[in-house]
Amino acid sequence: MTEIVFEHVAHRYGDVPVLEDVSLRLAERRIGIVGANGSGKSTLARMVNGLVQPTSGRVLVDGLDVARRGREVRRRVGFVFTDPDNQIVMPTVREDVAFTLRRHRLPADQAAARVDDALETFGLSDLADRPAHKLSGGQKQLLALAAVLVARPAVLVADEPTTLLDARNARIVGEHLAALPQQLVMVTHHLDALADFDRVLVVDAGRIVADDAPAAALEAYREVVA
Amino acid sequence: MSSRSTVRDLAQIAVFAALIAGLSLPGAIPIGSLGVPITLQTLGVMLAGAILGPRKGTLAVTTYVVLALIGLPILPGGRGGLGVFVGPTGGYLLGFILGAFVIGWCTARLLPRYRILPALLVTAIGGILAIYLIGVPWTAVTVGIPLDAAAIGALAFIPGDLIKVVVTVLVASAVHRAWPGIIEPKPWPWAAAKAETDASGAPVDPEASGRPAVADPSVQQDDRS
Amino acid sequence: MIGFAVPGTSVLHRMRPGVKLALLAAAVTVLAVLRDPVQLAVALALSCALVPLAHLPLRQTARQVTPVLWLLAVAVPVHAWFGTWPDAAAMGLRILTAVTLAAVFTMTTKVEALLDTVQAALRRVPWIDAERVGLVLALTIRCVPLLAAIVREVIDARRARGVGGSLRAIAVPVIVRSLRTADAFGEALVARGYDD
Ligand SMILES: Nc1ncnc2c1ncn2[C@@H]1O[C@H](COP(=O)(O)OP(=O)(O)O)[C@@H](O)[C@H]1O
Ligand SMILES: [Mg+2]
Repeated sequence: MTEIVFEHVAHRYGDVPVLEDVSLRLAERRIGIVGANGSGKSTLARMVNGLVQPTSGRVLVDGLDVARRGREVRRRVGFVFTDPDNQIVMPTVREDVAFTLRRHRLPADQAAARVDDALETFGLSDLADRPAHKLSGGQKQLLALAAVLVARPAVLVADEPTTLLDARNARIVGEHLAALPQQLVMVTHHLDALADFDRVLVVDAGRIVADDAPAAALEAYREVVA
Repeated sequence: MSSRSTVRDLAQIAVFAALIAGLSLPGAIPIGSLGVPITLQTLGVMLAGAILGPRKGTLAVTTYVVLALIGLPILPGGRGGLGVFVGPTGGYLLGFILGAFVIGWCTARLLPRYRILPALLVTAIGGILAIYLIGVPWTAVTVGIPLDAAAIGALAFIPGDLIKVVVTVLVASAVHRAWPGIIEPKPWPWAAAKAETDASGAPVDPEASGRPAVADPSVQQDDRS
Repeated sequence: MIGFAVPGTSVLHRMRPGVKLALLAAAVTVLAVLRDPVQLAVALALSCALVPLAHLPLRQTARQVTPVLWLLAVAVPVHAWFGTWPDAAAMGLRILTAVTLAAVFTMTTKVEALLDTVQAALRRVPWIDAERVGLVLALTIRCVPLLAAIVREVIDARRARGVGGSLRAIAVPVIVRSLRTADAFGEALVARGYDD
C-alpha cells in the first residue's frame, strides 16, 4: 500500500478556512470520504495529488512532499473528477486514453498495447474511434477511468465519480471501481458503495469528525447530517 | 505558443476558441425589444480579447480560424474549409485575429481599473475598426470594387457590432472584478517610457496586482441559469 | 472526425495534404492574374471536372459553393456598375473557381491528415512548441461540442425565463461557465501528468 500522510494540514481560500488541522495516515486499500456539500471533501482529495496545496502543514505520499515533488506524486496517484466531460481532453476515445501515456516515453507498440488493454478492461474497445462527446454519461466516466488507469498509478483518488450518473450507470462505474486492484480513496454520496470499505472518513465544516470502519463512521455521519 | 503558456493558459485558449465556434453555430438570434437578429461570432472574438488579453486572446482566435480553415464546420451556418478564405469574406477571418489582439493589448493597459468609457473606445477600435480594416479591403480587392463601395456594404453590420462592443465591455468588467489575474496588467508605452526616465521609477502600484477576489453578485446569480 | 471530407481513394484523396495545399495556392495565384473571362470559364470548367474525378457527391459540393454565389449575385452587378461587364464576369468566375477548388481540397482531405501536416510543418519552426499547438488544437476540437451545448442551453434558458432580448443575459453565464470549464480542463491536464 501507498502511504498517504497529512500533517497538520489546513487550507483557506482567501480568509475563508476550508480545512482545519487535518492529520491522517492513510494506508488501507479502500478508503471512503463522506460529508455534506461544501464540507471540504474535494479540497482534501485534491491535496493528495497536489492540485490544491495546503496553506499550512504538509501532505506526503510515500514520503514525497506533494508540494515539492508534485510530478512524481501524480505518477503514483491517479485522479478521477466528478464530471468526466471536463476530464476528457482529446476528441476521440482512443486518443484520450493514449494522451495519458504521452509523457511516459514508452515505445509506441507498448503504449498501444496498454491503451488497448485499458479500453478492453472498461468495455470501450468497440467505441475506440468514437468522438468522446457522443458517449453516454456512464461511458464517459468509464473512459475517464480508463484514461487514468492506463498509466497504472498505485492509488486512485475519485471525487464523487458517480454523482452525475443515473442509478444504473452509477452501479456499473461503482462495480469497476470496486474491482480495481489499486488502492482507492473515494469521495461519494452513495453510502451503500462503502459497505465493504476498510475505512471511512466523515468530513464536516473542514474537520474530520469521524474516522472508523464503515458501519460506525456512517452512523456518525447520519448524526452529523441530522 | 511560447514557453510562457502554462497548462491553464492552454486550457483557456482552447476553451475560448471552442466558445467562438459555439457562438457562431446558432446563426442569428433575436436581440433587444425589437428582436433584431444578431450573429454572435464577433461577440466571441471581442470577448476573447477583452477577457483573455493580448496573448491568450489572439491565440484563441487564431486557433478558431485555423480550425475553420482546416475544415471544421465552425463558421456561421456550419461552414468551414478553405473556400471561405479564398472568397470575398476571407479577410474578416484575419481581421478577427487583429481585432482580438488590439482589444487584448489595450485591455491589459486599462486593467486593473478597467474604466468603462475607455474600455468601450478600445473595444470598438479592435472589435469594429481593426476587423473591417482587413475585411473591407479584402472584399474590395477580391470583388474588384472601389473601397468606399465595399465599406458601404459593411455599414449595415455596425449597429449590431456596437451592441456587441457594449456587452463585451460590461461582461469583461464583471469578470475582471470577480476573477482578477486572468490578464496581467501592463502600462501604456508612454507611461512605461516615463517610468524608465524617472530615476526613482517604481511604476508598479503594489495594490494594483494584488486585488482581493471580490465576488460579483451579478455574475454569481446569472450562473444559475 | 467531424468535417467535410468525403471518404474516397481518388488521386486527389491520396495526394499528400501539403502537396495538395501547394497546388491549391498555385492555382489561386494563377487565377489572380488571369483577366480574360473565356480563360477563366475554362478554368472553372476544369475545376468542376475535379468533382466527378474525385467521386464527390454533387449536392455536398454545391453546399460548399452556394454561399459565395449569394455574395456574387450582389458583387457582380456592383462590379459591372463601377467597371465593365466582362471584368465583372471575370471576377465572378475567378472567385467561383477558387472556391470550387478549395471545396474540392476540403472534401478530399481529412481533418486529421491536415492537423498532422500542420504539426509536422510547425515542428520545423524553432520558436514554436508543436506539441503544445497540437494539444491546443485537439483540446479545442474536443471542446467545441461542450461549448456549443453551453451556448445552446443558455439561449434556451433565456427564452424559458422570458428575459427577452438581452444579449448580456446570454454573455454573462456563457463566459462564467467557459471560465469554469477552462479551470477544470487546466486541472485535469495537470492531474493527467501534463504539468508544466
Ligand atoms: N476555488 C475556490 N475559491 C474559493 N472557495 C472555494 C474554492 N473551492 C472551494 N471553495 C469553498 O471551499 C469549501 C469546500 O469546498 P469543497 O472542498 O469543494 O467541498 P465539497 O467537495 O465537500 O463539496 C466550500 O465552501 C467552497 O465554496
Ligand atoms: Mg466536491
